[in-house]
Amino acid sequence: MSDNRRTFRSPADEGFFTKLALVALSLVFLAFFLFMPLVSVFVHAFADGWDAYYEALIEPDAWAAIQLTLTVAVIAVPLNLVFGLCAAWAIAKFEFKGKAFLITLIDLPFSISPVISGLVYVLLFGTGSLLGPWLKSHGVEILFAVPGIVLATIFVTFPFVARELIPLMQDQGTGDEEAALSLGASGWQTFWYVTLPNVKWGLLYGVLLCNARAMGEFGAVSVVSGRIRGLTNTMPLHVEILYNEYNMVAAFAVASLLALLALVTLALKTLLELRFGAGAAGGRH
Amino acid sequence: MTASATANTAGWRMKQPSIIPGFGLTLGFSLTYLSLIILIPVAGLLWRSAELGWSGFFAILTDERTLRALYVSFGTAFLAALVNVVFGTILAWVLTRYRFPGRRLIDAMVDLPFALPTAVAGIAFAALYAPNGWVGSLFMPFRIAFTPLGIVIALIFIGLPFVVRTVQPLMEEIDREVEEAAATLGANRFQTIFKVLLPGLTPAVLTGFALAFARGVGEYGSVIFIAGNIPYVSEIAPLLIVIRLEEFNYAGATAIATIMLLISFAMLLVINLIQAWSRRRYGNV
Amino acid sequence: MEVTINNIRKEFDKFAALNDVSLKIASGELIALLGPSGSGKTTLLRLIAGLDYPTAGQVFFGTEDASHSSVQERNVGFVFQHYALFRHMTVAQNIGFGLKIRPSATRPPKAEIRKRVSDLLDMVQLSGLENRYPNQLSGGQRQRVALARAMAIEPRILLLDEPFGALDAKVRKELRRWLREFHDRTGHTTVFVTHDQEEALELADRVVVMSQGKIEQVGSADDVYDRPQSPFVFSFIGESSHLPVDVRDGTVLFQGEPIGVSEGTNTVGDLFFRPEDVELTDDPHALFGKVTACRRLAGTRIAEIDIANNGHAPFHVEVEVPLHAPIELGSEARFRPTRWKIFPGQK
Repeated sequence: MSDNRRTFRSPADEGFFTKLALVALSLVFLAFFLFMPLVSVFVHAFADGWDAYYEALIEPDAWAAIQLTLTVAVIAVPLNLVFGLCAAWAIAKFEFKGKAFLITLIDLPFSISPVISGLVYVLLFGTGSLLGPWLKSHGVEILFAVPGIVLATIFVTFPFVARELIPLMQDQGTGDEEAALSLGASGWQTFWYVTLPNVKWGLLYGVLLCNARAMGEFGAVSVVSGRIRGLTNTMPLHVEILYNEYNMVAAFAVASLLALLALVTLALKTLLELRFGAGAAGGRH
Repeated sequence: MTASATANTAGWRMKQPSIIPGFGLTLGFSLTYLSLIILIPVAGLLWRSAELGWSGFFAILTDERTLRALYVSFGTAFLAALVNVVFGTILAWVLTRYRFPGRRLIDAMVDLPFALPTAVAGIAFAALYAPNGWVGSLFMPFRIAFTPLGIVIALIFIGLPFVVRTVQPLMEEIDREVEEAAATLGANRFQTIFKVLLPGLTPAVLTGFALAFARGVGEYGSVIFIAGNIPYVSEIAPLLIVIRLEEFNYAGATAIATIMLLISFAMLLVINLIQAWSRRRYGNV
Repeated sequence: MEVTINNIRKEFDKFAALNDVSLKIASGELIALLGPSGSGKTTLLRLIAGLDYPTAGQVFFGTEDASHSSVQERNVGFVFQHYALFRHMTVAQNIGFGLKIRPSATRPPKAEIRKRVSDLLDMVQLSGLENRYPNQLSGGQRQRVALARAMAIEPRILLLDEPFGALDAKVRKELRRWLREFHDRTGHTTVFVTHDQEEALELADRVVVMSQGKIEQVGSADDVYDRPQSPFVFSFIGESSHLPVDVRDGTVLFQGEPIGVSEGTNTVGDLFFRPEDVELTDDPHALFGKVTACRRLAGTRIAEIDIANNGHAPFHVEVEVPLHAPIELGSEARFRPTRWKIFPGQK
């Protein structure tokens, strides 16, 4: 009886030892490439104890960096949110020529090196450009100032909301909107009472990822910021400066805040996926 | 949001008629925003590059240091993407097929490289794989950090989720019947996996490879701390762009950026071709 | 190849999907496993194939005990419900797969594989489509590719799981006839699973009717339709009605009254009859009830009749009536079964 079970090898399954070996291999791989780096951030941050950690965070330059990072996210995320909704509405609810090309263009920032994302603004507003000197003569500083950092951040986080919403709204089709309109709702009412509730979790998902990237962006921001301490230094840039000064505890203390942000983002993201299925997550990048 | 009327009277013939309002407004805003944030700045870069002329452009590109930097960037990204194809596929298999404690946590953590700011990853890897780090000290006198190998390590981290998340949904869709069919035809488990299942996943694996590779080539933040940045040896192309910028050598930065951008576009095209091809041949993938 | 199934039991988490099932399948026979979903018919098919293992019992192929052979060793042709074609392989590659993966000692030479594939394509009438991908075929074509692929390994028996389930009605009918011809030509021992009784009765040499993990009856189409051995088979196959009756002194009593039907042994049980085995009558010793509906069914007419039940919900029966018979809704009809069966102990 149990004899049958013992001799039977399921045709759609590996043997126990193969499974064990593959799981072990995966865990070892992840330990070296995922878990140890993550743990090391917190270990280094608390190397000199709680007080040193706390000191590093309330130090004026670090505090200024935290504030700047929040400011940049507060501007960049809502702008990309509005763009994401508009683009998804136009793309998902209408049929028009060039749609596929438009979607490719929206994805473009994902395939551009962050350094180049910053570089394009340096070229546009820098000393050798047409715009830069003219703006400067009118008292507007873009480069090596907050506007430049915001622009570069918007550039790199541009696709996040749109690419979550587009597949989601395409799946949902136009039936609900047509029904609402036929019942006498205005365009705004249709959007507000029908479309938005349908995509709210996908929207939240996109905003979450957009925000994580906005606060954590390094390459693009580093090119346009000029790294003026206390003025144009975001948290990731501050981490770099402290690290290069061999101020490990402080560097990892600020880094640990960013790592915490990443963990919270992942936790919320997982929660959204568990609660609302993979439907909340259209494209996962 | 009743701008569709204006869009229609304006003679937008490329759009199919629809009773849903808001097409003109949403598409108009999307295109304007896209142009201001992405298209004009990127076009500016290409314009600057064109001003260099063929000979100027070519001279910068064939400079030994530029060539080495491009070689390091593409070479390390290629190796890292290759490692990720192997381990990413195994990991995706383990996560979709096996049930073991901690699976959900690991599944969620695979997205860490998407969420963790690159600068944080950069200093964590540098500290971990440095000669005095937890992992680096294990391998002494063989050095990992501050060599091209260090770059590969960082890029494996960055590229991992691209492969896992592209392959995983397809693995979840594999019909058990297909595996059983192979078994009834006499295939052992090894043959079923390597002749039936993996070939069916090839388009997804290739796409994941291309995504990880493209991301790796442009990666900056997680690499510069661990790379050592020795010119001709472990200096990546994005870093060379930054160096040229700091030297106010805009032409140099522009030329390197342009060639990287063109290669990114080519990669994007390749990814789209792979997907179109596999969709045509195998149905929805 | 003769297949013998001895006292097979299969449990899934204590739930017995198959309970002491035995069956002997003669060489060259075409057998249908028929039953509602959850009756264990697919489980039985998978156990024969070796895709799953029995909790207890044995499977013999001829005289060889195959119980401990792996699915690969059993060499059975299995056609899956959704065909399970390899979508990255062409039709020809799909069909040749089972030969190509053999170890070099038993693998036929390339030219022979090619020849075998092309013969099989001929046999399933798909010549010219060898370079198509499954995605580019219709449902009926995929079905035949799956069959050709299963036949390529020269299986000892052919097993088909709901072979026509995913096809539309017209293609299903065509393929049914085609499969019968195919079987008569190749002479393979064939077992197929279906929940469609019409399919089973039309196609199979013998039908195995299953319910709740047990075999209810095995027999020809005539056997299971005309001589059902259990209430389940009677009601599952064809149309039928049943009423609770007593048999006393050779007379069948319904609600204590004789209904003009006699039976040999005294018992208490259920009287089963088919709509077509009923005659309308004026005899006072007959069943009677109120006609609640009347519907046309192809060449006949079916009357639905409610028989009063002392204030409880009425008994509902269906009888066939002549097309021209004067039946009015709400009127009273008297009828008597001409063929019936009483299964004891069902009251």
